[in-house]
Amino acid sequence: MRNYVLLALLLCSMLSISQNCDNTLSGTVIDLHDGSLLSGALLVVAGTEQAVQTDIDGNYTISNLCEGTYAIQVSHLYCLTKGFTVTVAGNTTKNFKLEHHLEELNQVTIAGKAYSDKTKTLFENAISKKELEQYSGGTLGDALNSLSGVSSLNTGNTVVKPLINGLHSSRVVIINNGVRMEDQEWGAEHAPNIDVNSAGKLTLIKGAGALQYSGDAVGGVIISEAAKVPVKDSLYGKTILTGASNGRGGSISSQLTKTFQNGWYGTVQGTVKRFGDFEAPDYVLSNTGTYERNLSASVGYNQFNYGFEAYYSLFKNEIGILTASHVGGAQDQIRAINSDRPLVINDFTYEILEPKQDVTHHLARIKGFKRFDNFGKVSLQYDFQKNNRLEFDIRRGTDSENASVDLDLTTHTLKLDVDTDLTENLNLKTGILARSQNNFADPSTGVRRLIPDYDTYNLGVYTIAGYQYNDDLFLEAGGRFDYTYMDVFKFYRTSFWESRNYDVLFPEIVVEEFDNQILTNPELSFSNASATLGATYNFNEEYKLFFNYALASRAPNASELFSEGLHHSASRIEYGDLQFNSEVGHKVTLTFQRENDVFGFSVNPYINTINNFIVIEPTDVQQTIRGNFQVWEYRQTNAQLLGVDIDANYKFAENFNFKHQFSLVKGYDRTRDEALINMPPASTKNEISYQHPTFHNLYVALQSEYVFRQNEYPNNNFEVFIPETETMELVDVSTPPDAYHLLNFNSSIDFNINKKSIATVGFRVTNLINTSYRNYLNRLRYYADDLGRNFLLNIKINY
Amino acid sequence: MKNIKLLATALFATVLFVSCSSDDDATPEIVNEEEIITTLTVTLLPTNGDTPVVLQTRDLDGDGPNAPVVTVSGNLTAGLSYNGSIVLLNETVDPAENITEEVEEEAEEHQFFFTTGGDLDVTTSYSNFDENGDELGTEFALTANTASTGTLTFTLRHEPVKPTTSLTDAGGETDIAATFTLTVE
Repeated sequence: MRNYVLLALLLCSMLSISQNCDNTLSGTVIDLHDGSLLSGALLVVAGTEQAVQTDIDGNYTISNLCEGTYAIQVSHLYCLTKGFTVTVAGNTTKNFKLEHHLEELNQVTIAGKAYSDKTKTLFENAISKKELEQYSGGTLGDALNSLSGVSSLNTGNTVVKPLINGLHSSRVVIINNGVRMEDQEWGAEHAPNIDVNSAGKLTLIKGAGALQYSGDAVGGVIISEAAKVPVKDSLYGKTILTGASNGRGGSISSQLTKTFQNGWYGTVQGTVKRFGDFEAPDYVLSNTGTYERNLSASVGYNQFNYGFEAYYSLFKNEIGILTASHVGGAQDQIRAINSDRPLVINDFTYEILEPKQDVTHHLARIKGFKRFDNFGKVSLQYDFQKNNRLEFDIRRGTDSENASVDLDLTTHTLKLDVDTDLTENLNLKTGILARSQNNFADPSTGVRRLIPDYDTYNLGVYTIAGYQYNDDLFLEAGGRFDYTYMDVFKFYRTSFWESRNYDVLFPEIVVEEFDNQILTNPELSFSNASATLGATYNFNEEYKLFFNYALASRAPNASELFSEGLHHSASRIEYGDLQFNSEVGHKVTLTFQRENDVFGFSVNPYINTINNFIVIEPTDVQQTIRGNFQVWEYRQTNAQLLGVDIDANYKFAENFNFKHQFSLVKGYDRTRDEALINMPPASTKNEISYQHPTFHNLYVALQSEYVFRQNEYPNNNFEVFIPETETMELVDVSTPPDAYHLLNFNSSIDFNINKKSIATVGFRVTNLINTSYRNYLNRLRYYADDLGRNFLLNIKINY
Repeated sequence: MKNIKLLATALFATVLFVSCSSDDDATPEIVNEEEIITTLTVTLLPTNGDTPVVLQTRDLDGDGPNAPVVTVSGNLTAGLSYNGSIVLLNETVDPAENITEEVEEEAEEHQFFFTTGGDLDVTTSYSNFDENGDELGTEFALTANTASTGTLTFTLRHEPVKPTTSLTDAGGETDIAATFTLTVE
């Protein structure tokens, strides 16, 4: 191991030219996690083989160094050996940070650092492994929700879709282990298909600046990375058991990693999660159980100069949808909205009945990289994804066991990335991507296709340049171009086709006419350009300013283009528009940050102006034989979102910490001069925690979460005739629920089982005072209250 | 560098080749909604053997933009009793599918409700029941009382509370809600 590092570092230092050779390099070696000074750490200078040890206070001094760049290897008994590159100019001071825990090996990069630099001019929020482990029994969305600026669009409590600064679905790109998730993310009731336990780290980028991943992330990018593995002989793993009182279920997740000194490694990980009906404070939320099974495995070989990895993951989730939310027309909706309690409340059960979703996602990926001398790193990746979504509705007769929606989305992607340092200060990342995608809607459902059959081909190229102007100023600029071609076969209802005047506009795409349907073959192509421009400035060691402008351009998705019919889960008729063009967002983000252990903060204002923003809104009420349904049509408008996210932490006494978060976003339709629908209300989280590192690492925290009422919303209410009472009644689908306040308790304690194994026992209570509340961003808020009190016990064993 | 370019070109060509060759140009199969109810026909047969009164609502495009076409063949006669029967059809398929049979097979999960509105002076009662003896209502009796005009609404609920006292307490999901304007003369 050491030899490889030395070799690598030697290569890096070859460029250094030396004349003046009586400089000293000095500083301290500290633990990255708790800042403790590391005595007895060994520092070896590559090339000269000079070696020194740190003294009892962690200090070191290396003398007789020439001016130039050196590679220094730092090792310590309880830490992983790490290499650093240091530029010596005169007598230089440099502090090194080492990782102290085996379980926190994530910072040691393997397979190069393809995923460690995302963007340097956009402030990144990250969730560490330790925090993620608390959410072992929950969803990815639950974990992301803990970050400022992130809320979620929920369908009940198990379908949790992240919303970044007010935007969601196709506007939020999720990268799972370097692979862009293609899992029918367009749907508001489609949750991301990622096991939260498979992630070693979650990073959130609130903008489209990370052009190496995509150019269409108008909202932002979420990056999930697996835990990194060290290059040494080792076998380690962990098991997390979670039990929850609400839902009367739990999860078990295990992970085992074997690594070898010669660079080979392998990891297997699996999770099973099972919950029955969840409960609101006053009643059972019938049919809200979930059953999730996940498996992932990877095998790889890693050297400094080259490496490869093969990865496969399977995600399978069966989710019950609240029975009371399945309503007929507007008359049923009125009954449901006017009732304080859900219209269907059954006894608790683990059984999941219709309506339900059953989603399976396969992801396979092979990637390899090679470093070339005097050039940089070249990575090549191929990935395959297959997403099958089954949605079961309450149906009649022989169809009752059949799915109403059966969609198969298959995606192949090939990516080539080059990362090169043109000069010492100028880095260039560039890449090219080709993707083909096929959607197949199984006709045997007996229900007209929600999303039509289509083939899509993408080609994308990007370049990002990063320039370190001086020690304090970093500049970044990038551009990306994506071309998308869609070949679609879509059956339109003749009545819809004619009512939209498509028979006059697009007669050429008609393939065949049937009794009441028309088969068409739309061929669409979109060219999207995106760009980013940013800067980071360090005022001093503590204060930092980030500025970023991102131009994002997103082609409309299949749902926005082709929706046409009754959406049962929403009890509304949805219409897309074949004539949509790409949505173009301009987001300017500023972050002012103070990094300090005693008092640190970040203030992050932003403004996002989106032209041709695609929004779905009610336009009409349609009569059908089943009664009246509200019609929601997608339309394009000019939108603007403004907001600010604030994070702060204050260590007000020894071992005590206060944490504050505040998020505010305002969304406006500038064309119609009204508020945008489904914008997250302002919210604030405040937490006081106590940590006692010397007593079993005891941690106790109390968190208050206050969500304001959304006062700005469009009025989409409508009236409907009720035959029983012979009156016109208002269907209030717009008015947001009241503000609410939740208290959460969190605690954990570590026990050493033996020399190598640590057990962490966590105990959490969410909604401590059992508050009844409804959340504006929960699609089922019309029908039932949100979750009541939940006791969670979490046991983690590292071995 | 040259090698990389070559490698890239070769790989992209492979992807394009693979994706194009898997294209099978077959047009997808049409899906005709199996469960949709397009047509509700209520036949009111006078007990004196006169011409029946037929009420119909027909929505051939289902959830599509066209509204249902509602027809009433004539007026009811004061003092006369009628035997009512309801037929539900899915006319998007050929031949049309009779959904009434499905509803009657799953009688325990269905119930029709008859709601009068305005001044319409008629009374209704159930003529058929499910296995538990609870009301179903695909067959019913109607008595036209005094001369009047108003509405009569037929509501079919799927999985209602059975037995129930009224439509308001029935719960379940509305499969049909059809309102007709009738005159008793």
